[in-house]
Amino acid sequence: MPVFDLAATPLRDLNAALHAAGDDNGRFEVLNPRGAHSVAVGVAKPCEIEVMGSVGYYCGGMNEGGDITVRGSAGPGLAENMMGGRVVVEGDASQYAGATGHGGLLVIRGSAASRCGISLKGLDIVVGGSIGHMSAFMAQSGRMVVLGDAGEALGDSIYEARIYVRGTVKSLGTDCVEKPMRDAHREEVAGLLAAAGIEADPADFRRYGSARKLYHFDVDHADAY
Amino acid sequence: MCGIVGLFLKDKALEPRLGALLSDMLVTMTDRGPDSAGIAVYGAPQPGRARITVQSAAPETDFAALAQALAEFDAEVAVKSTHAVISVDAPRLAETRAAAEAVGAIRVMGAGEAVTIFKEVGLPAQVVDRFGIRAMAGSHGVGHTRMATESAVTTLGAHPFSTGPDQCLVHNGSLSNHNNLRRGMIRDGVRFETENDSEVAAAFLTARMDAGRSLNEALSDALDGLDGFYTFVVGTKSGFGVLRDPIACKPAVLAETDAWVAFGSEYRALAGLPGIEGAKVWEPEPATVYFWER
Repeated sequence: MPVFDLAATPLRDLNAALHAAGDDNGRFEVLNPRGAHSVAVGVAKPCEIEVMGSVGYYCGGMNEGGDITVRGSAGPGLAENMMGGRVVVEGDASQYAGATGHGGLLVIRGSAASRCGISLKGLDIVVGGSIGHMSAFMAQSGRMVVLGDAGEALGDSIYEARIYVRGTVKSLGTDCVEKPMRDAHREEVAGLLAAAGIEADPADFRRYGSARKLYHFDVDHADAY
Repeated sequence: MCGIVGLFLKDKALEPRLGALLSDMLVTMTDRGPDSAGIAVYGAPQPGRARITVQSAAPETDFAALAQALAEFDAEVAVKSTHAVISVDAPRLAETRAAAEAVGAIRVMGAGEAVTIFKEVGLPAQVVDRFGIRAMAGSHGVGHTRMATESAVTTLGAHPFSTGPDQCLVHNGSLSNHNNLRRGMIRDGVRFETENDSEVAAAFLTARMDAGRSLNEALSDALDGLDGFYTFVVGTKSGFGVLRDPIACKPAVLAETDAWVAFGSEYRALAGLPGIEGAKVWEPEPATVYFWER
């Protein structure tokens, strides 16, 4: 298994090796990240990457094939524009985690800061703790499961993403409303929790989504834009 | 962008290493702002003495003249590159300061019983070496590396800004109501050195503390009075405070152990601190005042 010690090896060597990986499901270990930016970005082919510490900006960005585990916390822009694969952070994540993500699974075992899942486009996000303000802003598709609380203006101007929160929501953003939990939704939450390896009762969650009043222009709602 | 760092020591045994620890933290943040850098260190006050840090663009001529101008004040002048630290009997601080400011192009960077401030254009590593900051001891300090947005890249435009005794502020962000606030404070008799927005933030806090508010109360007032983007780290003689605006776009990480409290724009700045592995590490909440005092 290749081991990259970032205290001794340039980050570009690590990312170049990850980009060169074939379809052989390789395993990589990254030591001493010490908050480095752009660790394991743009991983296209299936491989397992274990990062032994905390990372800085943009870890796992554009990930498509990687199964990335960060044994620490992550800075801003975690898994930004992720396309597929899985990114797991054992600690907390800073602002705009999973922004614009298209696919795959992002698991944050701790809490996420503001703007988690902003402009979500199909990625699934499971957060073990709480999320900050303006999360899921303009989220178009994909799902978010939050075991803790949500900050102000959750789901502002949301399209068709689905949000499940177990704790309290400080406030809902414009055009985001609470919706009834049906069996299909509880099954959806159960599936996402199982995929994330987190135990919780799906019956404890509440569902939030779009009231669909904003995303087609209607002159009668001009004041709401 | 800009990078800011702060370190508040609880364990006295670390005090001789404050300058070295803070320097390493600041140099790590170099790529957040390569224009200019500065550092404020709070050292042990000497009983009955005050200190003034001054700067000149023509240090050779101005500091020779400064020594002469201060001959009657029983002052000690220690020159460090473009800056000089004046030590004087505390009751004579105001008149010594006035006499120093009358010399050539000399400007006051900060004054008080404990604070020393060095700042210059250039990379953090250059600024740290130029002023020998690694060798400085102290109880707490803040540092800043600047990517200029609101005013020119000059020594006076660098951070920290000090607008009151033993007070200093570093800022990452940009204020949108600073011109209006500055005009109001000028009418109230406040003197400004620059067109910089962060100087206005520092002066705002000084004005609140002059009005009897504590550091944490003044920071709470800033949430209503200041408009724009900001993460501030503020130092006073006995304390250290952190405040982010309600939107909180500008990054901030705090860490605390039994031995210290540290602030960094990024975790990278904290990664080299002793005991970081066991530290509590978190992001300060938006619109929430954090402060520590000894």
